[in-house]
Amino acid sequence: MLLINCPWCGPRDETEFSYGGEAHRVRPADPSALTDEQWADFLFMRTNPKGAHKERWVHSHGCRRWFNVERHTVTHQILNVYPPASAPQPVQDIEAANGDAAPASSQKGARS
Amino acid sequence: MTNTHRTPTGGTVDRSKTISFTFNGKSYQGHAGDTLASALLANGVHLVGRSFKYHRPRGILSAGSEEPNALIQLERGAHTEPNLRATQIEIYEGLTASSQNAWPSVEFDVGAVNNLFSKIFVAGFYYKTFMHPQSMWMRVYEPIIRRAAGLGKSPQEADPDIYDKMHAHCEVLVVGAGPAGLAAALEAARGGARVILADEQPRFGGSLLGSRGETIDGMPALEWVAKAEAELRSHPEVTLLPRTTVTGYFDHNYLVMAERRTDHLPRGSKPGVSRQRLWKVRAAQVVLATGSHERPLVFADNDRPGVMLAGAARTYVNQFGVLPGRRVVVFTNNDSAYQAALDLHDSGAAVPAIIDLRKSVDGPLARKARAQGIRIITNSAISEVEGGKKVRGVQVQALAADGETVTGPAESIACDLIAMSGGWNPAVHLFSQSMGKLRYDEALAAFVPNLSVQAERSAGACKGSFALPACLAEGAEAGRAALAAAGLDAAEPARVPTAEALEEQPLRPLWIVPGKKPVGQKGKHFVDYQNDVTAADVLLASREGYQSVEHLKRYTTTGMGTDQGKTSNVNALAILAKSLASPIPQVGTTTFRPPYTPLTYGTIAGRDVGELADVARVTPIHAWHVEQGAVFEDVGQWKRPWYFPRGAETMEEAVRRECRAVRTSVGVLDASTLGKIDIQGPDAATFLNRMYTNAWLKLDIGRCRYGVMCKEDGMIMDDGVTTRLGPNHFIMTTTTGNAAKVLDWLEEYLQTEWPELKVYLTSVTEQWSTASIAGPKAREVVAALAPDLDLSAEAFPFMSMKEAVVAGVPARIFRISFTGELSYEINVPSHQALHVWREMMRVGARYDITPYGTETMHVLRAEKGYIIVGQETDGTVTPFDLGMDWIVSKQKKDFVGKRSYARPGAVDDGRKQLVGLLPEDPAFVLQEGAQIVEDADNRTPIPMLGHVTSSYYSETLGRSFALALIKNGTNRLDQAVYAPLDGGRIVKCTVTKPVFFDPEGVRLHG
Amino acid sequence: MANALPRAGAVARFAPAVTALASSAGLVLAEMVPPGQVNLRGNPSDPRFLRAAGSVLNCLLPVGANTVQSTDDITVLWLGPDEWLILTAPGGETELIERLRAALGDVHAAVTDVSGNRARLRLSGPEARMVLAKGCGLDLHPQRFKAGQCAQTTMARVGIILHQLDDRPTYDILVRRSFAEYTWMWLKDAMAEYGGTIAAG
Repeated sequence: MLLINCPWCGPRDETEFSYGGEAHRVRPADPSALTDEQWADFLFMRTNPKGAHKERWVHSHGCRRWFNVERHTVTHQILNVYPPASAPQPVQDIEAANGDAAPASSQKGARS
Repeated sequence: MTNTHRTPTGGTVDRSKTISFTFNGKSYQGHAGDTLASALLANGVHLVGRSFKYHRPRGILSAGSEEPNALIQLERGAHTEPNLRATQIEIYEGLTASSQNAWPSVEFDVGAVNNLFSKIFVAGFYYKTFMHPQSMWMRVYEPIIRRAAGLGKSPQEADPDIYDKMHAHCEVLVVGAGPAGLAAALEAARGGARVILADEQPRFGGSLLGSRGETIDGMPALEWVAKAEAELRSHPEVTLLPRTTVTGYFDHNYLVMAERRTDHLPRGSKPGVSRQRLWKVRAAQVVLATGSHERPLVFADNDRPGVMLAGAARTYVNQFGVLPGRRVVVFTNNDSAYQAALDLHDSGAAVPAIIDLRKSVDGPLARKARAQGIRIITNSAISEVEGGKKVRGVQVQALAADGETVTGPAESIACDLIAMSGGWNPAVHLFSQSMGKLRYDEALAAFVPNLSVQAERSAGACKGSFALPACLAEGAEAGRAALAAAGLDAAEPARVPTAEALEEQPLRPLWIVPGKKPVGQKGKHFVDYQNDVTAADVLLASREGYQSVEHLKRYTTTGMGTDQGKTSNVNALAILAKSLASPIPQVGTTTFRPPYTPLTYGTIAGRDVGELADVARVTPIHAWHVEQGAVFEDVGQWKRPWYFPRGAETMEEAVRRECRAVRTSVGVLDASTLGKIDIQGPDAATFLNRMYTNAWLKLDIGRCRYGVMCKEDGMIMDDGVTTRLGPNHFIMTTTTGNAAKVLDWLEEYLQTEWPELKVYLTSVTEQWSTASIAGPKAREVVAALAPDLDLSAEAFPFMSMKEAVVAGVPARIFRISFTGELSYEINVPSHQALHVWREMMRVGARYDITPYGTETMHVLRAEKGYIIVGQETDGTVTPFDLGMDWIVSKQKKDFVGKRSYARPGAVDDGRKQLVGLLPEDPAFVLQEGAQIVEDADNRTPIPMLGHVTSSYYSETLGRSFALALIKNGTNRLDQAVYAPLDGGRIVKCTVTKPVFFDPEGVRLHG
Repeated sequence: MANALPRAGAVARFAPAVTALASSAGLVLAEMVPPGQVNLRGNPSDPRFLRAAGSVLNCLLPVGANTVQSTDDITVLWLGPDEWLILTAPGGETELIERLRAALGDVHAAVTDVSGNRARLRLSGPEARMVLAKGCGLDLHPQRFKAGQCAQTTMARVGIILHQLDDRPTYDILVRRSFAEYTWMWLKDAMAEYGGTIAAG
């Protein structure tokens, strides 16, 4: 069972995730401009490397975020995990992230 | 006279505790700490079973989990369990065991006649003997083979024991608690790591348990073991698991262990405690200290009871205080067996000779043996074994110069035990499972770990380091390295336990020991005891062209069975290599697969049995359904009411009544299982417009629209009704089974294709419980529930939504229909849904409101030609195939799936289309899935036109009807097609439009 | 439109929902009276969103992975980088939703009533960690998962939100209502060897 390091939730068992196939296939902006062959290529053709493979996973039982995994297809070693550039990036420092948004009274009432 | 072969002193069994047990109907006594094997040997019992094919008498070969012969049927009745290794069964008071594969008894076995016909049982005998005629296979051959060749018997009653599972995490998992494993665990524990130490034996110590005279750190070895165990116990983060076999090594250091929690106790003595537990461990680092297995020597009749591995003989005398023989001939190709000879001799056994295949021996061990007056016969072999059910003696002859034959006169030596050693195989099973690559070590004549793939390291004998000082040093080093790799700092310098070992001389691999006659002619050179595979079988397979060790395994069955060839694999492939004149590394090994040792089905199932076998989802109304006596149907994980029988009604009667009620008065369905997704954001409408095939931008607030969602290939993946709650707010429904899949699908597009869209999705499937009230009287029921709501067709038209208070609860009411009737779907928060439901039933009683189940829902929607995704569709169906051209926008430039409708395949003539079918016999209901053909002529091959997707009897129509996907279906209206059914019946049907009831939709707009 | 009707527990067929656990020493399981639940989505790097949410919730939004922030009135659980679950008193969700929506104005966010979505089971006692470990692959070691942390994960093949409340340890298991009966039966079974009990109503 793979151990996948969700960029947001941290390392979790594979059973929490769903596989989404090859990563970085971009849906054509205007599919109608494509020939049948080009569209068929987008629909059906995938790389199938022996070795490093970039693929999409979604943390279905966790944060429901899609992200990218680079996995070695022979050893199943995970070489890299990275969120899409457009995704909200993981946060470490709560206070800093909240910035001046934190209400002054919060320190009094809050307990974690 | 019991315990005739127990030494007066020695061993770690508790002689103060005597335990009675029964074997093959006879009572015996042993001591606490005995295995069944050691207790039987203590009573002079060697003959414990009959072999698989030839029914040859077999004794105990080993002292561990690698045992191929001594397979036992333990206990009777519900507790019975087959194929257990006598060498691993700990005896307990009242234990009852019997031999397998022998009838009427192990002493006199009728099946032994197979031995006389052994010519037909050669390699590949299944394929060769039982090929023709085919008609004989199921009726004659198979039952004979099953009866004649087999292992134990499976229990006939339900298992009374419980089994469970446990997840665990650690920094360092150490597999094996021998000297290397203990040394590794100590170093890791001292560094503060979370350590799990697992060993398949009841006691820690590994090979040290069977040793004699070893010292570690200046103390007797077992004292050191006890001290190490005590220290480990003092570390709070250490988990010690004896009786726990690591059986599988999976990806990313995920290992599976089977713990036997109560097997050593009388059955049923620990109620509530699981008998066996499957541990699922995620370890940052793994230290493999799994030891090694001794190889048998392949000589003629090397399977006679009384032929035992030398290391096992040593274990029996040292650990259990049992002399497996009083007069022991040792037969070896290496030095390790000399230690067995010395220990047996020291315990009072006569050792008339050590027969050594090597040309000369002069190591420290040989010198010690000579000093004890033990005769060593070098460059010689056992060329014949005397005795059938028990070894009586051996014939010894000198080897020819090339080792291929024996020469000269035979000397006869009487003995009752042959202790043999063909060298040692590191137990590389888990290393190999971890995808590590092996290397063949010429000096050891064995495979050893080479390249690691996962975060593990081997130490000690499993790495090919057999000497005690090396085991300890490698163990400590591995524990420390694991600690560092796990990111922990060792607090103190390594403390490598010290020990001494005698230098050993090189072994002489002689893969087939020559006998008096050439191999295969007289006497059997067994390679795989459990599967009765001989050297002759391997040579025959090689002559027949088998060159791959994987093919050899499948052809001869060598290496299969409960022991998975732990004692046989290297011998088999070495013989194959020799026969092919290839180097051993080139022949390679077979794949090592989990489990390392057999697992019970109970352990694999854990608590996933009975009512916990699968997740069961229930709606907030479930308690009411149960009260009403509903019969439930599994829809995915959901338990949905299938129908509600009244009195003695059959399903058919109940469904007809429920259908009648909806069409003539009012019925209600629990539709809570539908998936519901809350969609918010300024781009929500744009997003829906891209995901659905139809147009969404101009949907008015408070209005509902049906939508079909396709994949990029244009095939339907889901459908449902979506309602606009506000300018930027929608609620989507999905099919029951696809709720989670659709949410993932929508999120994938939002997150990866169109992150610029401002849309948030929230699953509210279980926030809302849905009662679907349908029928001519539906309006009256809703009016009674929500008196303030204007339900007129003008104020609340078809395909719209109103918010209202229903029975005191804020609700959303959708006027949508899946039955073709006037229908309202009332959605209320789940935690108040049962209250609303009961109110609805109370006020609806006046209209004889009738609860209906999924079957009636299916019939009613099929009468209207409404599809069910997954029933009318199977991933190859477009909206056009279903005659739903109207749902696909012509105006929209793009949506998911659109481009595919311009592909030739999507518009080809001859695509299957949805049609209705009316069987000629109005009482006959076609089977769903029935194939449809063009004409009644039943000659094969028949071109298939398509298949029936839905089929029911319609109370409304007074006849049967069906939906089907048929090639060119829309061009076949009113034509006849045929459904050839199982049993030869051919049913004629007329093709119709797929709408059977109220095609104008008068009723649902009413 | 708040309504005062009682809220049915999701495992009412087996045991009544309770408002608190007695502080007994043993291992105990209960369903808590279903709380008000509000799902909040928004962009934490938008200061307007944080300010609006913080002003209503009166606490920092837990933007760190698997963390929880609580006040006397509410508990906010991190579900993902742009999603939170807010627990409040039964019935309190209606006002909370109104105030959140008012404060957020035209900020892109989603506030959704999910009070009926999940049941809240509470497991407390010295062996609680072992009970969970029978079905949950998360590392629950006290150094790895502490009081004040939460995680969306699975237990016995059921998706759950696990929230550790204290070091006893006590856990809240938030589970979708349809799974609650199965989860309850599973927990009861897993507790058996430790002599666990069901809290009296």
